[in-house]
Amino acid sequence: MNKIELRDVVKTYDGKKNILEGISLDVREGEFFILVGPSGCGKSTLLRIIAGLEKISSGALMIDGKIANEMPPKDRNLSMVFQNYALYPHMTVRDNILFGLDVRKVPKAEQKERLAEAAEMLGLTEYLSRKPRELSGGQRQRVALARSVCSHAPICLMDEPLSNLDAKLRGHMRTEIRRIQRQLGLTVIYVTHDQVEAMTMGDRILVLHDGKVQQTGTPLELYNTPANTFVAGFIGSPQMNLAEAELLGDTLVLNHSLAVPLTDAERRNLPEGSHWKIGVRPEQIEFAAPDNRAASTVTLCSTEMMGNETQILFSVGAHTFTARWQGQYLLENGRAIHVQLSPDTFHFFDDETGALLRAALTIKGSDMQSA
Amino acid sequence: MRKAQISITYIILTVAAVLVCFPILFSICLSFSDLNDILQGNYIPSKLDFTNYIHAFQTQPLLRYMINSAITGVLSTTLQITFALLAAYAIVFIPFRGKKIIFLIMMATMMIPGEVLVISNFQTIRAWNLLNTFPGLILPGVASTFGIFLFRQNMMQIPLELKEASTVAGVSDFGFFIRVVAPMVKNTVVTLAIYFFLVSWNSYLWPLLSTTEDTVRTVQIGLRQLKNTEAVSDYGMMAAGAMITSLPTLLLIFFGQKRLQEGMTKGALK
Amino acid sequence: MEYVHAPLHTVEAAPAVQKKRLPLWIIYLLPSMLIFLIFTFYPFVKTLVTSFFATTNTGALTQFIDIQNYVTLFTDPKYLQNLGNTFLYLLLTVPLTVIFALLLAVLSCSNLPGMGIFRTIFSSTMGISVAAGSVFWNLLFHPTAGLLNHIVTAFGSKPVGWLTDANCALLSVSAVSIWMNLGFSYLVLMGGLKNIDDAHYESVEIVGGGFFYRLFKVTIPLISPSLFFVFTTALIGAFQSFGLIDMLTAGGPNNSTNLLVYRLYKDAFVNFRIGSASAQGVVLFLLILLVSQLQTKLTERLVTYQ
Repeated sequence: MNKIELRDVVKTYDGKKNILEGISLDVREGEFFILVGPSGCGKSTLLRIIAGLEKISSGALMIDGKIANEMPPKDRNLSMVFQNYALYPHMTVRDNILFGLDVRKVPKAEQKERLAEAAEMLGLTEYLSRKPRELSGGQRQRVALARSVCSHAPICLMDEPLSNLDAKLRGHMRTEIRRIQRQLGLTVIYVTHDQVEAMTMGDRILVLHDGKVQQTGTPLELYNTPANTFVAGFIGSPQMNLAEAELLGDTLVLNHSLAVPLTDAERRNLPEGSHWKIGVRPEQIEFAAPDNRAASTVTLCSTEMMGNETQILFSVGAHTFTARWQGQYLLENGRAIHVQLSPDTFHFFDDETGALLRAALTIKGSDMQSA
Repeated sequence: MRKAQISITYIILTVAAVLVCFPILFSICLSFSDLNDILQGNYIPSKLDFTNYIHAFQTQPLLRYMINSAITGVLSTTLQITFALLAAYAIVFIPFRGKKIIFLIMMATMMIPGEVLVISNFQTIRAWNLLNTFPGLILPGVASTFGIFLFRQNMMQIPLELKEASTVAGVSDFGFFIRVVAPMVKNTVVTLAIYFFLVSWNSYLWPLLSTTEDTVRTVQIGLRQLKNTEAVSDYGMMAAGAMITSLPTLLLIFFGQKRLQEGMTKGALK
Repeated sequence: MEYVHAPLHTVEAAPAVQKKRLPLWIIYLLPSMLIFLIFTFYPFVKTLVTSFFATTNTGALTQFIDIQNYVTLFTDPKYLQNLGNTFLYLLLTVPLTVIFALLLAVLSCSNLPGMGIFRTIFSSTMGISVAAGSVFWNLLFHPTAGLLNHIVTAFGSKPVGWLTDANCALLSVSAVSIWMNLGFSYLVLMGGLKNIDDAHYESVEIVGGGFFYRLFKVTIPLISPSLFFVFTTALIGAFQSFGLIDMLTAGGPNNSTNLLVYRLYKDAFVNFRIGSASAQGVVLFLLILLVSQLQTKLTERLVTYQ
């Protein structure tokens, strides 16, 4: 069942510029749904529309199958975790967690029960009598989550809740939040600008850019078949290598400078036309032996040694490509290296619109999926 | 917010706004009215008649008073800001022994109401033959604890590394003060300038004590003079006089409201 | 907020290079310190000393008379009345000023259209001097030409002696005082409200708390620092009221609006009883000290800093 549905939702503040342009989405019950996009793309506005903190300019919002465009926030039966947590400095952790339950007329005894449960779940039991300023950033974050848990609302909206934490804590809280969501069967809509967070946490992800939906899908769908160059560039780290490609005889010329030889099979697999944008993931570019017929010779710009893998940066025309090689390579900058670029691993996008024409046919590592 | 709530908000605010404006609006009406009309209870002037304003300027040297107030305001504002900047700079950026005590002593002066000091200050100024002079009018108030406090708050947000960097670069202490610190607290300077000028223009007790002659008398005391002459029964003229003296500060409030609000908040939040 | 962390700057350990240029700080502090010394500390001590002496007309000390000035003061029924007047005046003006200012600030801090105009109007009285404000209100209060009596008589009652009736004058003066001080209090509270993070209100909206829930559970606790600041400033300001009294009633009728500072002024500069005036100054100082100490204690207990 769809818990939340949006149909052609438009948001504008001045009637001229649209912050959101015709957003449609479905969030299923118990789903962890991610809204991701660069800053200013409208994702927070979208979340606030669902919360009822912003009005819809046109379109429809449905919660539990009922039109909810004009429904006041309190009737939507949801909780929200804010980026800065919205903890009240004058209240203790206990009162902060219980905030709002008195408005909803929850009996005292039940409040106590819920508090104990939420505090236990988030490991806050010892801190209940403290004030927010006496807590660390991570603890404050937990209080904000506990407030949400305590509300027993089936829907939880989260607006970049981890962005104020350091990297290590963020990783820990990611699993924590998912654990709680599964345990309580919450429907979560989670806003983030961090694609790693989106990939690791989401059941499904919606990529938003310039107020428009770019793609909705599971993390792997987004990774393996990005709907356009924006999604291709946004999802995955290091970024997908994007280049202009032109078919000249038997070769595919990238950025007017690097020729990639085509086998007959590869040639047959090309989409229609002769000019495209192509994208290739760093891990699909392989080290090649110099005598390999399919190898391309490129000039090394620099290497980034990560320990277990090496990122190889080389130039293709005006752009720099990144390749990810397992193992440790100590190479001089500026020397020629041989890489294998296989057109079957390329994503082809329309030259003008950037829309996906043909996804990569072989994806290294994708055979692991079923295993 | 619901529609009903918004309507109630507007109604309350409108009523309150009318009440707050009322004394001023009433005086504006009177200032353009003929005395006979006023006495008969016709407060709404039929035409824009500036007679009362002209009278106000003729009866008392109002223009002179306004110039005096302006001179006093500009001088005392400039000095208060300069002195406060210097003192705050020393407290924040120059390490020395007893800094804490000096700062606490300065803050303690906030506890002493100016009214307690006027008797003795009057004697001092009189002994220095400064009664009826601008220095006599200005001097007792040119050290501002509030200003020092606000500047200190502001300067503490400037990273100490900036000072260290300029020391390494060979910039003198005063150079750092002028070229780095002063520009960085510009906003506070503007806020305080508005505030100090407002306070100076509107101050009452000290100008009343320290001036007895028209040459330096400020506009507030001029208004008091106006009230204590037979002119007091010329209501239209009184209103006109009060309007004239309020105009500069009202304008200052209209344009500086935001700045003041931000600055005052800083003061309140320590 | 950042400035909470700022005390890091009060570094005690001076870099060795600075040691040689020790007198530098004196130069920066000298102007302010001199002024404080001459026009604050010296007169304060002098007032304190003078309050234990008999004086000539010009304020020269003639004879040490112990606490005689204070005894005379507190056995003078008129002075006790001045004290009573002042406390009544505080009670009438301070709470109402703060409550009105808070209410108006809360109602006008939204982004609804036209709020800018309201904000300008409500803060405008800060730009009105005591002298001008008094003239405005004098015209309203005027027994025959004033608007208030026109309204009162239009409703069929007898004209009111707003400033001339001893039962009513302090009330009238208090009304003017509230009006005069509204602007400042409003401006400070508005600044406090602007600093509240919207997320705090949105949390209330999501749980469905109404106007009063929001006001008492969120707004007031969150602006408690500004609220206390406004309260104390209003209280100290009310203790120091002088201009209004001088312009509106000159302490009359029948001593009914004679407040502490006006009495001090009269004794010092009209009756030339410098010794007694000094004692009054000390009493005033002690009262204000008491109030601000009380405020500090209360602040520590009740105010929330973020």
